[in-house]
Amino acid sequence: MSRAEVGAGATAAGPVEPVARDRERRLWWTFGLLRSEVTTTFRRWRTLALLGVLAAVPVLIGIAVKIETSDGGGMGRGGGANGPAFLTQITNNGLFLVFAALAATLPVFLPMAVGVIAGDAIAGEANGGTLRYLLVAPAGRTRLLLAKYASTLAFCLVATLVVAASALVVGALLFPLGDVTTISGTRISFGDGLLRALLIAVVVAASLVGLAAVGLLISTLTNSGIAAMAATVGLLITVQILDTIPQLHAIQPYLFSHYWLSFADLLREPFYWDDIGRNLGLQALYAAVFGSAAWARFTTKDINA
Amino acid sequence: MTAVLDVLGVRDVIETRGLTKRYRGGQLAVDRLDLSVPAGSVFGFLGPNGSGKTTTIRMLMGLIEPTAGSASLLGRPMPRAARAVLPQVGALIEGPALYGYLSGRENLVRYDSADPTADPRTRRARVTEALDRVGLTAAAGKKAKAYSLGMKQRLGLASALLRPRRLLVLDEPTNGLDPQGMREIRTLIRELAADGTTVFLSSHLLDEIEQVCTHAAVMAQGRLITQGPVAELAAGTRGRLAVTTPDPGEAARVLKELGVTDVVVAEDRVSGELPTGGAEPVDPADLNAALVRAGVRVRAFGQERASLEDAFVALTGEGFDVAG
Repeated sequence: MSRAEVGAGATAAGPVEPVARDRERRLWWTFGLLRSEVTTTFRRWRTLALLGVLAAVPVLIGIAVKIETSDGGGMGRGGGANGPAFLTQITNNGLFLVFAALAATLPVFLPMAVGVIAGDAIAGEANGGTLRYLLVAPAGRTRLLLAKYASTLAFCLVATLVVAASALVVGALLFPLGDVTTISGTRISFGDGLLRALLIAVVVAASLVGLAAVGLLISTLTNSGIAAMAATVGLLITVQILDTIPQLHAIQPYLFSHYWLSFADLLREPFYWDDIGRNLGLQALYAAVFGSAAWARFTTKDINA
Repeated sequence: MTAVLDVLGVRDVIETRGLTKRYRGGQLAVDRLDLSVPAGSVFGFLGPNGSGKTTTIRMLMGLIEPTAGSASLLGRPMPRAARAVLPQVGALIEGPALYGYLSGRENLVRYDSADPTADPRTRRARVTEALDRVGLTAAAGKKAKAYSLGMKQRLGLASALLRPRRLLVLDEPTNGLDPQGMREIRTLIRELAADGTTVFLSSHLLDEIEQVCTHAAVMAQGRLITQGPVAELAAGTRGRLAVTTPDPGEAARVLKELGVTDVVVAEDRVSGELPTGGAEPVDPADLNAALVRAGVRVRAFGQERASLEDAFVALTGEGFDVAG
């Protein structure tokens, strides 16, 4: 470090302290960007609107089930077997609304919301021109990309927890709560059931890690936030369709959404880990491959916006 | 040793060698640019729109990769030393860019958080000071999307002033400001320069450069046409002699006899180039005396100051507002 730099640091931060403490402090300061990133993301109206929509899904499911069963009849009369998993159990135990809501939002609503946040991460800043000012601050390209990815993952977790929490509240208000009957037929206490719900929420959030990385890569490829969001959501829908075409069974295990609904295996006794393990491994692979591609692209890109 | 040179300001603060940028379409935006910006100067970077000024600034700031050549800021190579150099550089590039959903103050806090070398404990105080410096204290709590263009420009400037800087790179800083705002910004630039900050100021407004800059460079079509102290650039084109008189014909004859060249008569105004190359320079006072002796009634007599615009036209052979 040149004397001039030390001098500049001293005017900004008071007396010059020993280098080791200085370095430690700088390490801490470097997280300022992540904090700013997270608070900025969650203060946007758009983010709050997305979370609001996600919170409304369990309310709709809960009310629909309540109306459907209010005449004393059970579920299944109107072809309830075709609906999301766990729907039939909600009337017996409100906690099942958490599982049903996660199963209902995971294929579409949750990944769409993540696609919006991830797709807009870099492209949105480029679109607004703020990217150039962050980079000359200097945020550092790798550091900025990591902060963007971390805040997107934070959104995945928060969004999933919002769905789960909303479902829990609605379930508790509309339906009785009690011991939980697992898929294997055994009974566990309500407290254990709550813990499983939390575990499932974390696994559902982790299921979105791969899509977040894909969205981030798309976000580095364009200067239009809208285009990046649309491309990410479009890709999501395409992958979902490919996953339902029987002739494509050879590639289906490599699609990021293939094992998403495996979280239901956490309601077995004992846990059935195989598909959950495959899901998490696949997400890690996507994060590594598409995260690296995003890094390679973003660190060499000319910023003309 | 280099550090000592830096402190003494001996080195050039910005230096480029053969800096070239060719865009993917094949368009040559910047062509072998050799720029030297001395420490402590207020350096005007002139050129029509599309002449490569902004591309140059983006290369200096590490935003785009040069196709060939090198650039250094504060004696360190860019973009390699960006992390060490950029905290000491404040920049306004192609107009301000703000988060519309954040207040003015929050925008500055965000930009300051992006700098890993900025002390979070002094952040509030530094943001307040920067807002005060550009006259935005009263509007600090307003959402940036409600700002006028001039206020956005001021907030952009404030973000460049969040920390003590050794170099300020300001791309068209008075864009969108009213005359009063322009004057304030020029005063601010002079203050900053007086504190020892080097200011690199790009503009297409010649009088702006003339008013505040000590040095200037002129670019056209991606090439550097000239650079040096403003006084020298303007001196390159000599001022013309101008006489206002009710007897223009007689005046033109007398002036020609005395060696004045390129004499032009326009109604009651006669102008021409002072004689050059002679053994001794001609004193304009003698010319005036000669005119009066010849019975020419002189209403006004003077030398038109050579402006940077004259220099620009002389250098490029074209009007300033012609896009490259």
